Amino acid sequence: MNNVNGRRAGRSWWYLLFSIEFVAVLWPPFYNRADPSWIGIPFFYWYQMLWVLISAVITAFVYLVTRE
Amino acid sequence: MQDVNWIALSIFVLLFGFISWLGFAAARWRRGDLDLLHEWGLGGRRFGTLITWFLLGGDLYTAYTFIAVPALAFGAGAVAFFAVPYTIVVYPMLFLFFSRLWYVCHKRGYITAGDFVRGRFGNRWLALAISITGIVATMPYIALQLVGIQVVIGALGISGTGVAADLPLIVAFVVLAAFTYSSGLRAPASIAIVKDVLIYLTAFVAIIVIPIELGGFGKIFSAVPAQKLLLAVPGPHTTGTYSAYATLALGSALALLLYPHSMTAILSASSGRAIRRNAAILPAYSLMLGLLALFGFFALAAGVDKLPEYAAGFQQFHNNFAVPALFLHSFPSWFVGIAFAAIGIGALVPAAIMSIAAANLYTRNIHREFINQNPTDKEEAQMAKWVSLIVKVGALVFILFVPTQYAIQLQLLGGIWIIQTLPAVMLGVYSRWFNSWALLVGWAAGTFAGTAMAVAAHLTPAYPLLIGGYSFPGYSAFYTLILNLLLAIVLTPVFNAMSARPAPVDETLEADYLA
Repeated sequence: MNNVNGRRAGRSWWYLLFSIEFVAVLWPPFYNRADPSWIGIPFFYWYQMLWVLISAVITAFVYLVTRE
Repeated sequence: MQDVNWIALSIFVLLFGFISWLGFAAARWRRGDLDLLHEWGLGGRRFGTLITWFLLGGDLYTAYTFIAVPALAFGAGAVAFFAVPYTIVVYPMLFLFFSRLWYVCHKRGYITAGDFVRGRFGNRWLALAISITGIVATMPYIALQLVGIQVVIGALGISGTGVAADLPLIVAFVVLAAFTYSSGLRAPASIAIVKDVLIYLTAFVAIIVIPIELGGFGKIFSAVPAQKLLLAVPGPHTTGTYSAYATLALGSALALLLYPHSMTAILSASSGRAIRRNAAILPAYSLMLGLLALFGFFALAAGVDKLPEYAAGFQQFHNNFAVPALFLHSFPSWFVGIAFAAIGIGALVPAAIMSIAAANLYTRNIHREFINQNPTDKEEAQMAKWVSLIVKVGALVFILFVPTQYAIQLQLLGGIWIIQTLPAVMLGVYSRWFNSWALLVGWAAGTFAGTAMAVAAHLTPAYPLLIGGYSFPGYSAFYTLILNLLLAIVLTPVFNAMSARPAPVDETLEADYLA
């Protein structure tokens, strides 16, 4: 798997993409506010729900590019 | 309590009867020899991507979660939403660590975390510590699933005194114990499909119908008191709710997959690739969990706690009654039956998997390692079946005779204990640099300090850590994991230098961890 990067088997630089979601959802000052709201839902709630979708897309992407 | 809701009760009983039949019939599904432990306890490792999705989804997102998270939103507000970042950051861990663990367990025939640690580090005492931690952390978790069933049975209007009051719960549990005994992991896997279809149906109908009934999301959120709507902004010299929220999410995610029932469901997949695919598709459940958390606010906006017909329910089950009351208030009886069946059946799936996982641990890593080292395959499987029964009876007795509050507190402690197995299990799949005795010392220190912190915080998850006049409230499990890791790192070179004997043999090879 992924020896293109010259890394050991089973490891890949693509895995670093996962760190984006850790930063995005584990730092509450980013999203602890009510505005802008979306269809009446405060930002705090829809932002984190949106990240569920984004994280799933990131995982699917990493799966596809590191597939052996 | 309100009168018995006959229509809802009939549908509930009908669906319960159906899944009971399914649980027994599952013995013949993807037929295998149930006298072998990996057939009974791991379903023969034959579940593909889709079945694994149902099984892991039904296993990780338990009935209690579906009751407790909205109840927390109802009572405490925004902090309950930590369940969303929690179930976001858990999937990279599933992808990176647990697909590797699947490969090595498949190649070496391991069926528990204890098996893996025994093989990787060659230290039976470390494996014993990991296994006992798993069993002890699982027991209160099974008991909590019963709380989920209790709440919906109560909400259906069934009440009584003495034994009669507990009879429905006892019946549900006897059925659960019987089909788990006879069908093993195939039973919860097949039932999970029904349960998840019902849960998704309930969640999507509720997220559309209830906001319309209540006049839209804008109106719902304006009914939520300002101090519940967002996290409180931290004052000076403290990171306040921010650090509590983030460490609770991260710590819970680090702990979740280490639980024996997670491991069992992961190892029952047919390939490591199925695990990685599931890391991308399981977030569908996280989305639903987020929606369910919002139901706590729907219940606030509907004001169900102020309606006289639900007063008795709230008195008995406290905030855990918020979602059942909301459903009773918003839906026709037949749909209430479906929704409650989804929660009730939702409790059976993880309860079955947890008891199987605890049984696998006892059989493999305690009985076989320390009591009877050469059981026949049949004896081993038989032992696991009996242990699964004992574990469930223990949980039932606990929930019938001990206040629910204790089960909740023990489950909190369970999370603190299970996270201490992370260095050996999760880091172990990438490296065996650690000295096994250093891991054992780290585990013991983390377990002890975590328990002490939780007790000092009056059995709440967040401990206010004080450093140089600053306060960092955070999840005790997360703080003590850092202590555990630091000790393991510092003591590894010390113990390696002190030991005259060479390190025990690692029976796994680097290639075992890859496809």
